[in-house]
Amino acid sequence: MIALEPVADPRAPLARRNPVAKLAAALLFSFALVVTVDPVAPAIAIAMELALLPLFGVRYGMLLRRTWPLLIGAVGVMVAMVLFAAERDGPVLLSAGPLVVTSGVLMTTLGLVLRMFAVALPGVIVFATTDATDLADALIQNVRAPARFAIGALAAFRLVPLLGQEWQMISMARRARGVEAGRNPVAKLKLFVSTAFALLVGAIRRGSRLAVAMDARGFDAGTPRTVARRQHFTAADAALIAGALLLAAIALGVSIRLGTFQLIW
Amino acid sequence: MSAVTLTGFGWRHAGRGAWAVRGVDLRIEAGERVLLLGPSGAGKSTLLAALAGLLPEDSGEQEGTVEIDGLDPRKARERVGIVFQDPQTQLVMARSGDDVAFGLENRGVPPAEIWPRVDAALHRVGFPYPRDRPTAALSGGEQQRLALAGVLALRPSLLLLDEPTANLDPAGAALIRGAIAGALDADTTCVLVEHRVADALELVDRVVVLEPGGGVVADGVPGAVFAAHGAALAEAGVWVPGHPVPPRPARAAAGEVLLTADRLGLPPRLAATDLAVRAGEALAVLGPNGAGKSTLALLLGGLLKPGSGTVRGGSALAGADAGVPPHRWKAPALARRIGSVFQDPEQQFLTGSVFDELALGPRRTGEPEPVVKSRVDELLERLRLGRLAGANPYTLSGGEARRLSVATALATAPRLLICDEPTFGQDRRTWQELVDLFADLRDDGHAIVCVTHDPEFVAALTDRRLVLGAP
Repeated sequence: MIALEPVADPRAPLARRNPVAKLAAALLFSFALVVTVDPVAPAIAIAMELALLPLFGVRYGMLLRRTWPLLIGAVGVMVAMVLFAAERDGPVLLSAGPLVVTSGVLMTTLGLVLRMFAVALPGVIVFATTDATDLADALIQNVRAPARFAIGALAAFRLVPLLGQEWQMISMARRARGVEAGRNPVAKLKLFVSTAFALLVGAIRRGSRLAVAMDARGFDAGTPRTVARRQHFTAADAALIAGALLLAAIALGVSIRLGTFQLIW
Repeated sequence: MSAVTLTGFGWRHAGRGAWAVRGVDLRIEAGERVLLLGPSGAGKSTLLAALAGLLPEDSGEQEGTVEIDGLDPRKARERVGIVFQDPQTQLVMARSGDDVAFGLENRGVPPAEIWPRVDAALHRVGFPYPRDRPTAALSGGEQQRLALAGVLALRPSLLLLDEPTANLDPAGAALIRGAIAGALDADTTCVLVEHRVADALELVDRVVVLEPGGGVVADGVPGAVFAAHGAALAEAGVWVPGHPVPPRPARAAAGEVLLTADRLGLPPRLAATDLAVRAGEALAVLGPNGAGKSTLALLLGGLLKPGSGTVRGGSALAGADAGVPPHRWKAPALARRIGSVFQDPEQQFLTGSVFDELALGPRRTGEPEPVVKSRVDELLERLRLGRLAGANPYTLSGGEARRLSVATALATAPRLLICDEPTFGQDRRTWQELVDLFADLRDDGHAIVCVTHDPEFVAALTDRRLVLGAP
């Protein structure tokens, strides 16, 4: 659960914005960047994102801890592209046996990796600064998402951390019964599948008990719901979305101006 | 103020041959507090679900009628509140106050009234934390108090309590009983299901006894009901006050050492602990919630790697592996030496039938099929599971699932049996059977280690106690 809770300073000016506004701004900004494959636009976008980070109350060290899996992925992409990219145009920079690295390959790889970060960071920032309950409230109140969906997902979400403990308990219970895979990969796979199945059965049983308890407290019974926690969508929230669009336009504009812009399709 | 009327009421869940409850004629007046009793399988929980309007018409077949103030319970849901056994699956929201507000939002209570009512409900159950306390940070007893507050905030005129303390340790259970006693006002009708009668009596003024498939067999003030039916109820598995269970102390002194723990710990879950388990003894591991009792059971059972210190099996238990810590033993060897019974039986089930479940261990440890068959038959007989040999383990009742989980651990004939809360939420009959079974095993030279909160169980069976300190 720790990884899913907001870890940023909640009083930071942009962290305080409406969760739906933050989500919309992140989505718009990311989508705008997906259209180009050049390295310039995402590089500008990353610079913008990093510059705005303090306004969201997110510390740089925290961001690094959140995104390290992405860094590993980036290294993987780089290695794969350098070794196997089909288009090898441009001047040759390095040639060692079958390995030929050209400037064209490097540019494409760089574009891909930068784009990966530019698109992922807004999402990371939103979830680092947003409480799940606030997001569900805002989805219901500001964009009229059905409460059945938003609150239901929130309740299910609360049970997720239990799954890790449950997995460990099931594995130990199996060992106690004499069931263990040892080093045999086929036995390992079989045990994995059957443990996952037991986990699923348990999760469904818990989920249905929770559903009955929610039912008993009048959830989704047809009575119009009221809200205990108000989420407001203000001019500042609209400005956040407009700002995201503007920044995306600037990043793309610079790229077009420099002539590096290249449509993805 | 709500009154309940049941006339010839029965319910059969879709797809089941037997009626969960049948032939119930009962009238509960407004403001009465009723304790609903009966052995496992008498249909108490089904009856409460019917009163709460939680049995959809298409989920089974109904006989007779059930009415709350003359209404079908499905149409009277706003008058009824229900608290279930498991606190974990009753809480919806991440923050305590939000969880109490959840029901109020659903009922369309005006926003200005919500927070005052949340605070009032939290105050009534004695909730000791501010509203923004994360629900995940609460103990079981505190979570259950919060669940009660969430129901009370809706001001039900009929409050249903389905074994609200069954999953709690004695301290947590006492907290909940106190909260219920303090929260009931004169015009709230209350129906309580509880195995542990003595603890529940302070809350009720009337006792109704159900019989499986037989409707109401006794009804009246507690003293009169227990005077007339006490012995029969105790026999049927109800915990009746004044019917103590005979203790089973050890007949001989403990024998050789089977397992030794030396400064064994797993920070931060368990502080360093010394312990020796001998053949022919039953040892109780006691201590408050969070002291690391379950962790100790897993470490002794060779299922967790120690964080500090050592566990060693004596040569009488471990044979050639005497120098190797149990967590490094191969699983089949472990199963032949140490049986572990978990708190939640369902986590241990692996197969689709009771027979296969019992046969799994012996087959895994390489027993020939005739031996497997005879051992399974013996266990089926001994733990009253013969009728269920073909049943799916996940469809068993609480008592049956507990008996099966103990039987599966015994199927590989381990010398040492480690159980985590084996008597939790069990009726008197299963409880007595477990005491007798463990006592017989001990007198045959096995060792039993039980993590438990159950003082009667400790008194009836165990010879020695290890009390772990608060963390």
